[in-house]
Amino acid sequence: MRNPLRSEADAFRFVLYTIGYFALIVVAALAHPALGLLVFVGLTGTILWRVLGTRGRVEEREVVVPAPTAEGERRILVIANETVGGGELLDVIRERAAGVSEQVLVVVPALNSPLKHWASDDDAARAEARERLEASLARLREAGIEARGEVGDGDPLQAIDDALRTFGADEIVISTHPEGRSNWLERGVVTAARDRFAAPITHVVVDVDAST
Amino acid sequence: MSAHAEAHPHGGHHGPPPIHRSSRLDPTVLGMLLFIASEAMLFGAFFTAYFFVRVVNPQAPEWPLDPFHLPVYVAGVNTAVLVTSSFTMHWALQSIKRGNRAGLQAGLVLTFLMGLAFLITQMLEYARIGFTPADGAFGTIFFGLTGLHGAHVFVGLTLLAVAIVRAFRGHYSAEHHHGVEIPGIYWHFVDVMWIVVYATIYLI
Repeated sequence: MRNPLRSEADAFRFVLYTIGYFALIVVAALAHPALGLLVFVGLTGTILWRVLGTRGRVEEREVVVPAPTAEGERRILVIANETVGGGELLDVIRERAAGVSEQVLVVVPALNSPLKHWASDDDAARAEARERLEASLARLREAGIEARGEVGDGDPLQAIDDALRTFGADEIVISTHPEGRSNWLERGVVTAARDRFAAPITHVVVDVDAST
Repeated sequence: MSAHAEAHPHGGHHGPPPIHRSSRLDPTVLGMLLFIASEAMLFGAFFTAYFFVRVVNPQAPEWPLDPFHLPVYVAGVNTAVLVTSSFTMHWALQSIKRGNRAGLQAGLVLTFLMGLAFLITQMLEYARIGFTPADGAFGTIFFGLTGLHGAHVFVGLTLLAVAIVRAFRGHYSAEHHHGVEIPGIYWHFVDVMWIVVYATIYLI
């Protein structure tokens, strides 16, 4: 759902919609009170249906275009959470970094429950994400890959968006659990990221259970 | 080659940790949004009282009851003035976004004058309406709701006055106009609330 008061222009549009909404209700109510009630219920129901229908759908947003990198240099943005230390992910990063001067930014979204998210209680989620991030960076260091890391927003798409504002990635690597066990795949995060971001997206499936 | 994490909660850093800030929403806009949400709840409480009084009245749907009579047409003209002020507010912001300072100044001044006209008309309406807040539940709710809205118009006018002074002092530019955007959002909110008040109390 798009926040109707995100900017002055959105608020102004909201004024126009409000005028239309009440104009229809008032005209109908003046004709007959029952008709007014009917129009009110119909309009309100339609609005709720539209609002609820857009939940989970990817909003059209400005696509962030990465800044060009120098020749022979490659910037890789890695988004992973529980799979951040997976061997498959390390292999892909190693493969992408071969033969070039690589810059790798690992972003671990601080996943949180909806209730805690709305209560701004994200300290524990960020601490857990930081632990996973540091373990992952240690493994990358052992593999000889230069990398830095950040704890990102709980929404992986937002975490990518935030990271791209300071890190012009040539490629984005999204690491998930296999199909059926991955919440991100179920929510269509990889597909949504391909629609939203200009940089090429590589999807890496890490089977943590099989690795251990 | 080396690896490091940027976040070090227990490193050599003194003082509180750096603020985590997502680009999802600007903090000042978020502040205004939360403020407006709380305001909407405040108005919601008054509307609940109004509809309660109306629904429990055995003579409904004849409303308002005698001897209460509301100046629907005067309030209608006043509504048109307030709605128009939203257009001039929008014009002011669009002007400064294009670097048109004269448009910004004219838009803000027109918005302020129309808001002031609305408030003065409402005060005149109070003086001539023929009942007071002490005249039953309807009188209390009518003055409570419209007075609450009038107070918000006054706050909006204060914000606009500050924006006007700054605009004439050369503040704001095509890139930096938050000081107009935030009062603009507030002003549109005041407008929306009046449309709700007018439609429910005066018309329906």
